[in-house]
Amino acid sequence: MTSLVTTAGDASFLDALSAGDSPLHRLDPRAKLLTTLAFAAAIASFPKTAVLPLLPFALFPVALAAAGGVPFGYLARRLLLILPFAILVGAFNPLLDRAPIPLGPFSVAGGWISFLSILLRFVLTVSGAIVLVAVTGIHGLCGALEKLGVPRALVTQLLVLYRYLFVLLDEAGRMDRARALRSFGRRRLGISAAGPFLGTLLVRTWGRAERIHLAMLSRGFDGSFRFDRPLRFGLASALFTAGWLVLFALFRSVDVPLALGAFLVAGGR
Amino acid sequence: MHMADALVSPVVGGTMWAASAATVAVSSRRVQQGTDDRRVPLMGVLGAFVFAAQMINFQLPGTGSSGHLGGALLLAILLGPHAAFLVVVSILAIQALLFGDGGLLALGCNAFNMGFFPAFVAYPLVYRPLAPAGATSARRLVGAIAAAEVGLVLGAFGVVFETTLSGISDLPFRPFLTAMVPIHLAIGLVEGAVTAGVLTFVLKTRPDVVDPASSPAPTTTSRLGAAFLAAALLVGGVLSWFASTKPDGLEWSIAKVTGRAAPVEPDAARAATSLAGIGGGLATLALVSATGWALRRRR
Repeated sequence: MTSLVTTAGDASFLDALSAGDSPLHRLDPRAKLLTTLAFAAAIASFPKTAVLPLLPFALFPVALAAAGGVPFGYLARRLLLILPFAILVGAFNPLLDRAPIPLGPFSVAGGWISFLSILLRFVLTVSGAIVLVAVTGIHGLCGALEKLGVPRALVTQLLVLYRYLFVLLDEAGRMDRARALRSFGRRRLGISAAGPFLGTLLVRTWGRAERIHLAMLSRGFDGSFRFDRPLRFGLASALFTAGWLVLFALFRSVDVPLALGAFLVAGGR
Repeated sequence: MHMADALVSPVVGGTMWAASAATVAVSSRRVQQGTDDRRVPLMGVLGAFVFAAQMINFQLPGTGSSGHLGGALLLAILLGPHAAFLVVVSILAIQALLFGDGGLLALGCNAFNMGFFPAFVAYPLVYRPLAPAGATSARRLVGAIAAAEVGLVLGAFGVVFETTLSGISDLPFRPFLTAMVPIHLAIGLVEGAVTAGVLTFVLKTRPDVVDPASSPAPTTTSRLGAAFLAAALLVGGVLSWFASTKPDGLEWSIAKVTGRAAPVEPDAARAATSLAGIGGGLATLALVSATGWALRRRR
């Protein structure tokens, strides 16, 4: 995992993006959540050696990022952070699956094809999730979850966790910086000091929870949260969902790049 | 230990979603039944605590490597299994959405591997019997290490099981398992020791936090054990049924890569298919990029 500061910075930038206003932001969060789930499921449903038929699915994150104002550079940077993990996970395939697969005049080990497929799946699903948050926001998603029947205890938990995530990341970052300064940057946190260090953070956290509870009570908290704007699944949301579902079904059943290539080759003759 | 969407098949992802959703439903009912609304901010902030604690790396003795707390066992000890499971699910959801760790489809797998096993197996069946309320710090250490080992090894087993059943990675079951288990035994040792260290520190400074009165002893241990067994049988049964209907991976791969049944095609036709494939792939990417560019310009 990357350092505390970059992590918090990346996430809070995403939070800022989700506060934006575009036709995409105004869609019902349920439409965007369900579409993204269908997107992930469609990609996962391909056999493991699928590379070409996955390519058209890039349209979903690219179009949403473009229409929702998510900078492509930011998306690329986030994907680069994930890439080492994806390579690590996929790297076994070329070693294990050596059965040759013909590719034009050449042949490659089948493992390389599935390795490429895994990398592509990583890029697509991770960018889908990031773009979903960027155009919906965690609060919007929590509202969608509640409407979709997710138990209130979990929705509330997500909201409070998200609300205090950055506070706690900051607090842990301050403690870690203070510790590093006191040890003149020479010694790293040892395992024997980890207990008291994390214990201190836990005790502070517990005290914070008690203060938060008192503050909530004094503002009339009765055990549940309310969402400020009621969700409306309007025509735009319905069109958005239906349109993407039709596209995913098309991309899933027709190998679009191959058909396109055959058309181009035929046209070139 | 996070499973990614890229390695999960829809059947495995969907089955584990169902198993985790059922556990979420049961846990939520139990948490909502509790009348203590102090739990709402406490669970949320403790989730944020675990999130932050996972970012704090400490040096492991004797090696150059570093480790960090997982936190699920600690949550179970502090909050009880039901609330702890919900907190773990919320952490995993945020990690999948904000950080690209795990994924939406893999959320069920991850919740089961990293939430269910520590909260509903390791904590009630291992930690509690070994370190009941008021136990000495030595017994807490033993209990925490044993419970962390059990939780992590079961979780590692889950990862191997789900990955090989999904069939997207070529890792074979047995070697993958023999690689994962020793690693997670070592991780469990660290996890247990640090969990016990945190508990010992907190007991000294704020004993009411780990007070047995504030966290009710699990009375449904045997029922949960039975439920776990039933879930395991269900998941195992359903998944193996699907697994056996899957065609052999090699036949599949050859048929799918460059078109239908590529090996029987004559060379010229095969070359044409490949050319079409590569050209078509590039053309698709160009079209996707152009759409993105056009949409951006319109804004």
